[in-house]
Amino acid sequence: MSGTRAVIAGIGHTEFSQNSGRSTLQLAAEASRDAIHDAGFSPTEVDGTVTFSMDTNDELALIRTIGVPMLRFCARTRGGGGGASATVQLAAAAVESGQADAILVYRAFNERSAHRFGQPIQANPDPAWNWASPFSLNTPAKVYSLTFQRYMYEFGLTNEDFGRYTVVARDWASTNPNAQFYERPITLQDHQDSRWIVEPILRKLDCCLESDGGVALLITSAERAADHGADAVPILASSAIQLEGGHEMFAYYHEDLCEYPEGRVLGQQLFNQAGITADDIDVAMIYENFSPIVFLQLEAFGFCGRGEASDFIKDGHIGRRGSLPVNTNGGLLGEGYIHGMNNIVEGVRQLRGTSANQISGAEHVLVSAGRSGIILGR
Amino acid sequence: MTTVRPPIFDFDDAFFWEGATEQKLLIQRCGECDTLRHPPTPMCAICGSTNNQTTQSAGSGIILTWIVSQHPTEPDAEPRIVILVQLDEGTRIVSNLIDVEPTHDQVLNDKRVEVCFVDYGGTVLPQFRLAGVQS
Repeated sequence: MSGTRAVIAGIGHTEFSQNSGRSTLQLAAEASRDAIHDAGFSPTEVDGTVTFSMDTNDELALIRTIGVPMLRFCARTRGGGGGASATVQLAAAAVESGQADAILVYRAFNERSAHRFGQPIQANPDPAWNWASPFSLNTPAKVYSLTFQRYMYEFGLTNEDFGRYTVVARDWASTNPNAQFYERPITLQDHQDSRWIVEPILRKLDCCLESDGGVALLITSAERAADHGADAVPILASSAIQLEGGHEMFAYYHEDLCEYPEGRVLGQQLFNQAGITADDIDVAMIYENFSPIVFLQLEAFGFCGRGEASDFIKDGHIGRRGSLPVNTNGGLLGEGYIHGMNNIVEGVRQLRGTSANQISGAEHVLVSAGRSGIILGR
Repeated sequence: MTTVRPPIFDFDDAFFWEGATEQKLLIQRCGECDTLRHPPTPMCAICGSTNNQTTQSAGSGIILTWIVSQHPTEPDAEPRIVILVQLDEGTRIVSNLIDVEPTHDQVLNDKRVEVCFVDYGGTVLPQFRLAGVQS
């Protein structure tokens, strides 16, 4: 590799809400201007963009809105939230290969006040849904529950076990002013009192918080970031894993239904690239559309053994004063669901020392979207 | 009456839905190396052949995992048991378990099932019953 090391030089976001009251393009533009300015850059210096394939904000519309005169690199990730960290991978690859100097990563939507991901699908989004929706698998909660059920059966778990994750996430959120559940911690009983979404697997409080909002990052080289006086965070590793037999939604065809194989391979890739082990991670940001996916990822990355995530959480490892604080912003069910991108912002803050729930001395942060991930470090 | 979202027929999987209307559970089979695959694909990933044939499944297998599907805010929608079946031939398929009360307080994992076919308002779906249970 050349001497160029990509860094996250700027972070930006709007408020996270249930009704933004403005267009997604405006959300994208506000977050983008924030991230560019946070890095000490001007919009005229941006020469590349990365967003989700699902994002509805066209690159040309955005650059006309924020004043970027020219792009020489545009890329989009595959899939949905599983690709959140792949945005950073694509941007870092472009910077480190010299394809672009300053890449704006953005994701913005009105996912609560407009199209809600949690509602039953109205048409098959892709042919793979043929093997689900005629049989009544028509919401993400049902689709994912079909694998979670086997995991619960195999390891004797109940919904209360999942609730212990939510209690921790809501505790983190309660002291994060950006979180939609700021100052609203819950007890396990509150979790158990929330209504069933898929009985006996998921309750309402196991589900991420459909949200309106925008998040952006400015990714550039370490040298350029330093020239601009940015408080930059190095990207030590980045990867995105797709496995034959996998699908973004339907994890039904891998041999073992009780593991997350993409996450297992992802962890190996990331730890190898960064030259560290799971033990070196100080904070883990873990994408959670639904609480059980945290359990599968904790096990996939080797933070605990197979079937042990429930005890790992019960023993206090992921909360305040735990050995591995997880989702210190409150996660996607406590802070908000900006398709996983807000977890990257929190990862940067932990390493800058500016998190609302700062973990002192944090040196390595994993930001996992399950099938894509990054390790940020000092 | 249960209403279902009809599948979208396309080049690669129309055979499956047409087979269902003839009461056949068809599994795609490579015409060259006999590898079975589901969901269908237009090419064999093992040998690269596009000679796509089918084999009729005996329709027996086990339930790997299952849920009761009922939308929380649409209480009048018919609850259905959704199952992931490991067919004895080796492929897996998502379907429904019928003639069993759709309650969650039972253990259906690893139970043996047999295929049957149900016409839901013009859409014929392969469905399953617990093995050895007559309708």
